[in-house]
Amino acid sequence: MANGSSRNSDRQTIPVSFTLNGRLQEMDVEPHELLLDVVRDRLGLTGAKRSCDVQVCGACTLLVDGRPVSACTTLAFEVRGSSVMTIEGLADEGKLHPLQQAFIEHGGFQCGFCTPGMLLAAKALLDEIPNPSEEQLKHFMHGNLCRCTGYKKIIESIMAAAKKMRGGRA
Amino acid sequence: MLRRFRLDEPESVAEVSELLGRFGDSAKVYAGGTELLLAMKEGLVHYERLINVKKLKGLGEVASDNGTIKIGALCTHHELENSSLIKQSLPALAQLEQNVANVRVRQAGTLGGNLCFAEPHADPGTLLIALGATMVAQKSSSKREIAAEEFFVDAYETSLEADEVLCEIRVPTPGPNGRSAYLKFGYLERPSVGVAVAFNLINGNLSDIRIAVGCAGPAPKRVAQAEALLSGKSKDEAARNLAQAGALAGRASQAISDLHGAQDYKEHIVGVLLKRAFQAALS
Repeated sequence: MANGSSRNSDRQTIPVSFTLNGRLQEMDVEPHELLLDVVRDRLGLTGAKRSCDVQVCGACTLLVDGRPVSACTTLAFEVRGSSVMTIEGLADEGKLHPLQQAFIEHGGFQCGFCTPGMLLAAKALLDEIPNPSEEQLKHFMHGNLCRCTGYKKIIESIMAAAKKMRGGRA
Repeated sequence: MLRRFRLDEPESVAEVSELLGRFGDSAKVYAGGTELLLAMKEGLVHYERLINVKKLKGLGEVASDNGTIKIGALCTHHELENSSLIKQSLPALAQLEQNVANVRVRQAGTLGGNLCFAEPHADPGTLLIALGATMVAQKSSSKREIAAEEFFVDAYETSLEADEVLCEIRVPTPGPNGRSAYLKFGYLERPSVGVAVAFNLINGNLSDIRIAVGCAGPAPKRVAQAEALLSGKSKDEAARNLAQAGALAGRASQAISDLHGAQDYKEHIVGVLLKRAFQAALS
């Protein structure tokens, strides 16, 4: 019934093919495998963090087809046919993304634990709304928690990156 | 950590219903997973198989049809907050959807899943009761409509039969005089209280008023006694009766004392939100 899945012994596996940070990735996953475990433990990309594990904190945020998802509560098979971006794929061949550069320049992080999720959520925001108001920014980002910065520096960083990405226009 | 389960991916509602009938309590419908996977990860529930319904065709659209807004059960919160039809015809629902949880939950979570899971602190059920919505439940050979106020039975419990699948939510399209609002309040991740009102305003008089309260108790409820105090009244008369209506609605909410607030506190908040929702609907 499950298309293309096999049921050898008592294990069911699902072949998935997706784009990971721009490169084709093909693998078999079991239905219960979580995207966060697959990315961290099987693919070795440890930028996404497990923290609250209940979709509240945003530390495990990944982009699936450009939209932010909680990898801690996403079944891995769901990314079949999709494009997945982790923080490891945000910089372009060693050149930092404007958001990453802005977080450095404006002190948008301290301990750094929330930062991968923060940056990817901010990317999704700016892809959707290139010129967000502070209110729109706060509404979009309120599901990403930071216990160090008090958010002010993060907001400044995202606003600065947004301006830069628009070519300096207000 | 999730325990191992099997995944079925049927391609029709009839097949889903058949699987539910065959496997009973050991199987569960899986859509967005935003509630179900949390409960499974916590070990609160375990299912031997999940039935992925996301491949089902035709359950992800919003359409206007002869005085009814039809919302496919698989529409995500994100799709609904951005639907031009919902924004135009059911602005209170669009606003509610915009404020569900956070951007990631809205991206994955579906309206149908939210309703079927019947988590007591969910928002949509309360507003849908006030809007007079019905739920279209289907199984292999039959289909029925359930009024929203009959749908929620208890915490995590709906009136769906074991092999019924929620396919569509139908909301009567409000006329030009239709007014509605949903307000919530809470200080934790999920709301402590949610209140919805809907009515028609004709020549300064209220008619067809519906009031619903959610989150405070085990399931969202329609509050007919509070409606009776406001229906058929002028705006000003209704405003004078609001405190009494709010007190009635508070008691009818079946508020329970828990982490989200004490019973009397929640009852009080119901009254406050009813006043504000009434004002918001009028403005």
